[in-house]
Amino acid sequence: MKPVSFDYSVPENSLAVVEHLKNAQGTAKIVAGNQSLGPMLNLRLVRTNALIDVGLLAEVRKCVVNQDNVFIGAGITHAEIEDGDVQDPTNGWMREAAGNIAYRAVRSRGTIGGSLCHADPAADWLIVLTGLKAFAIVQGLSSNRKLPVENFITGPFTNDLKEDEILMGVEVPKPSATAKWGYWKFMRQVGEFAKASAVIYHDEHKQITRCAIGALGRQPLLLHNPEKIFDGTLTPANAIKESLPDRDFAEMTMHVTAIERALSIARNRSEPGK
Amino acid sequence: MKDPKSYRSNGIGASVKRLEDDRYLRGRGKFVGDIRLPGMLEIAFVRSPLAHANIKNIHKPEGVEESVFICEDLISVSGIKADSGLPGFKSSVQPILASKKVRHVGEPVVACVAKNRAAAEDIADSIHIEFEELPAIHDMKTAMDAGNPLIHESWDKNCFLETNVETNFDEAIISASSIVKRTFQTARQCMAPMEGRAVVAQWDDQLSQLTVHSATQMPHIVRTGLSECLGLEEGKIRVVAPDVGGGFGYKGILLAEEVFAGWLAMKTGRPVRWLEDRREHLTSGANCREHHYEVVGYADSTGQLLAVSCEAIVDSGAYSIYPFSACLEAAQVASILPGPYKMLGYKCKTYSVATNKPPILPYRGVARTGVCFAMELIMDALARDLDMSPKDIRIKNLVKKHEMPFINITNKHFDSGDYCEAVERASTAIDFDKLRVRKQNCNANEKLGFGLSIFCEQGAHGTSVYRGYGIPMVPGFEQSNLRLTPDGGLEVRVGVQSHGQGLETTLAQIASQELSIEESKIKVVHGDTAYTPYSTGTWGSRCIVMAGGAVSAASEVLAKRIKKIAAHLLQASPEEIILKDGKAQGKNNEIAISDIAHAWYRQPHLLPEDVDPRGLEVTEGYKTVRDTGTFSYACHAVIVSVDLELGNVKILDYVVVEDAGTMINPMVVDGQVLGGVAQGVGTALFEEMPFDTAGQPMASTLADYHLPVASDLPPIQIIHMETPSPISRYGQKGIGESGAIGPPAAIANAVNDALAPLGVEINQIPITPSRVLKALSSAKMGLNS
Repeated sequence: MKPVSFDYSVPENSLAVVEHLKNAQGTAKIVAGNQSLGPMLNLRLVRTNALIDVGLLAEVRKCVVNQDNVFIGAGITHAEIEDGDVQDPTNGWMREAAGNIAYRAVRSRGTIGGSLCHADPAADWLIVLTGLKAFAIVQGLSSNRKLPVENFITGPFTNDLKEDEILMGVEVPKPSATAKWGYWKFMRQVGEFAKASAVIYHDEHKQITRCAIGALGRQPLLLHNPEKIFDGTLTPANAIKESLPDRDFAEMTMHVTAIERALSIARNRSEPGK
Repeated sequence: MKDPKSYRSNGIGASVKRLEDDRYLRGRGKFVGDIRLPGMLEIAFVRSPLAHANIKNIHKPEGVEESVFICEDLISVSGIKADSGLPGFKSSVQPILASKKVRHVGEPVVACVAKNRAAAEDIADSIHIEFEELPAIHDMKTAMDAGNPLIHESWDKNCFLETNVETNFDEAIISASSIVKRTFQTARQCMAPMEGRAVVAQWDDQLSQLTVHSATQMPHIVRTGLSECLGLEEGKIRVVAPDVGGGFGYKGILLAEEVFAGWLAMKTGRPVRWLEDRREHLTSGANCREHHYEVVGYADSTGQLLAVSCEAIVDSGAYSIYPFSACLEAAQVASILPGPYKMLGYKCKTYSVATNKPPILPYRGVARTGVCFAMELIMDALARDLDMSPKDIRIKNLVKKHEMPFINITNKHFDSGDYCEAVERASTAIDFDKLRVRKQNCNANEKLGFGLSIFCEQGAHGTSVYRGYGIPMVPGFEQSNLRLTPDGGLEVRVGVQSHGQGLETTLAQIASQELSIEESKIKVVHGDTAYTPYSTGTWGSRCIVMAGGAVSAASEVLAKRIKKIAAHLLQASPEEIILKDGKAQGKNNEIAISDIAHAWYRQPHLLPEDVDPRGLEVTEGYKTVRDTGTFSYACHAVIVSVDLELGNVKILDYVVVEDAGTMINPMVVDGQVLGGVAQGVGTALFEEMPFDTAGQPMASTLADYHLPVASDLPPIQIIHMETPSPISRYGQKGIGESGAIGPPAAIANAVNDALAPLGVEINQIPITPSRVLKALSSAKMGLNS
């Protein structure tokens, strides 16, 4: 269980990274926390000619507080969010989610950007950031682009990055003071990936309601008619049945339960930070 | 019973802190992986990607021919053969490297050698093997069907052995009024010691000796096995087990990889190393616990157990392993299913079925974990049928204290114990108040249940038990060698191996008890064939009884010799001398044991004329009074909650009442029980290696193969009973496996207690959320229809 040999480099800035990526023509991989890529390299499930380490790159290690949103660099670790070392735009929701990712050892190294790019269908940030209506900020050789997280994740373990692009960070909008939020995931064991997960986000002031389910073996699914799910006129079971007609009984039951429990958290817990 | 407060600070009964932990806790243990030898080569095996296939061709790429080895290169090396003497046993030979055929995923086919593991894996990547795939035998229930491809071509069906026992069955069931029939299934598991298998082999021209460092539980057996496979005299082989990071049975085996490493070291003249990695472990090492039972329990209207019948299939995998064979597991099923219950009749058929899976290996508890699961669930099914409580039906049918020693229906000789008292204590200690309060506050989506299991653990069983199996290893006398050093310290040499059992401490406690030398001056030497007497090694909960007994016997002889010299030096008679606080004391005077050692080694002119010329070094052998084994036992009681929406099971309270006889070190006993229970919880709720219809193992990393973790375990309350065994030296009983036996049965009974109102019963482990949800859904559909 040793990786094939590869080159390792630590570029000084994001442009150098992009340059490097372009020259490598798809044979290089970006690494930051190395919590998923490392084991996959060791198992030789991933083989690469070069690793480009962005874990210490200042541009992805920063956090910028804007009026309506907060930019969180892709290289910010789960632990830094958990510990409140960077500003949490949601006044605690993201901190709480971060604190339940895997184990502390993984959180100390694993990054929010790495998690999004790796796009494990059961990962926390995929569903949480989708639920929060966050954006991915992507830099290419000549231009930047900004796209909703749900469009950034294109499938299981796949993202929208081109060969010569890098994820710089995520832009998370600040919810209004009266917004409601519930995130719930089912894990049998502490630290494992979720078997089912759901978020519900209801921001009356901004007129946003979102409900997503995760751990589906694909990217998180935004359910139709989230307002009706939130106000109780559409049951979670019916909401799912419509979108996922052919899932097995046990799995469906878990997802339905995940939505119900996320709803109960959202309804019983009020504004951000309370 | 001994009051825990009366435990001593040293010697037998004291919770002496483990001497070996100083180096372990500081990260200074020395494991095979820590061994660095100049010029050492590393091995990476190309393992079969298929479960069942003929090998058509193996391409050695150009330029690496010297670094690649296939079966045909291993001239004069024999495969591993481990026949059982039981009538009808079908023999198999496990090749060191597969040549014509592969019989399970993960079987070594090609060995690649390089200066480091990564380079060896690079070579392994470049090997191409052409296979002709055959249908895989993946399901033990259909493996014996006519028309199936044969795993071993010379056999008539895919079965190592069938056994059939019947005692008084037809008469016994005449008055049966309650008859319950159940099918039980346990999952294939992967034992998971923290350290994987590991071997370093080196040829020494000066000694004309092959030295093999191996992470093994049984260095002497490995030496014998290596000798047989390599055709090398045993005197030319030394096997050393350095620090070993857990075994549980996974390392109680002669490995094809060990044989290959030994051969390669001789062939190349260079040290060679193979360290199993986690992927190899999970893909080729899922080798235990997979049983299928059809059990019928018969009772009369008062709840008296009349008889049990059982048909058991054990998935024994592709080969018979050395030294335990492919049949130990099934043989155990037939002989221990009735356990401590009285019954009038019994019959049991067993099949040790061959499949295209890794060969079965006894895991902590061997068949007992599955057997306890089957028997204890049948007892609860009878109780439900008869409207009795789980406790009452057990008390009614368990052997009583006054009936000891007890010979049960399969002729097991129970040496001592009070099983009913264990049930009483466990039932009292479990927190029923918690159950009642929680039940009142329970939401509609949660059910609570209570479960019990009781079982015995035969340990340290010897010649008369194992001769019947006729396997390559039959334990006889266990020996120990003691040597008083010139400065008054003591070396204790034993042929067993300590890899978590704490034997460096507990054996020192026994010697200390007999010789009054403090434990810190006693060095227990183990795990090295060059230094220690022959032993079958560490397995079967035997060490504290057998090696402990041997240390005691040798200590007794050494004490006599010390006293003889002391008497001379003190001008007293040997009968007057007692050993206390490191001194030989006469009526009026005393002399330090270190001075006696000094006299023997360095001032022999002070010795009596008739001094024993064998001096202060003693080897003695030991057997228990009868060799049918000590019978420790335990009752496990548990309260669980079941989440009806998620199918998730949580353990709320767990009690173990354990009778280990006389405890040499109560803290070590507790440690054994706690670790065992953790593994048992894994068996009950988490651990499963699924195989698909092509015989592919489906969990290849620890993200898919779920081991129990700290947060899955509740606080576990341990209550000790101490009924001394009449057959062992101090009354101690083997309990090394016990903790791992009881949890699946107790937890499943608790889950079934919780789900009984819904008409749901689960008879398969692990009890996963999807199994619970499926059972709940079928019950609902059943109600609707």
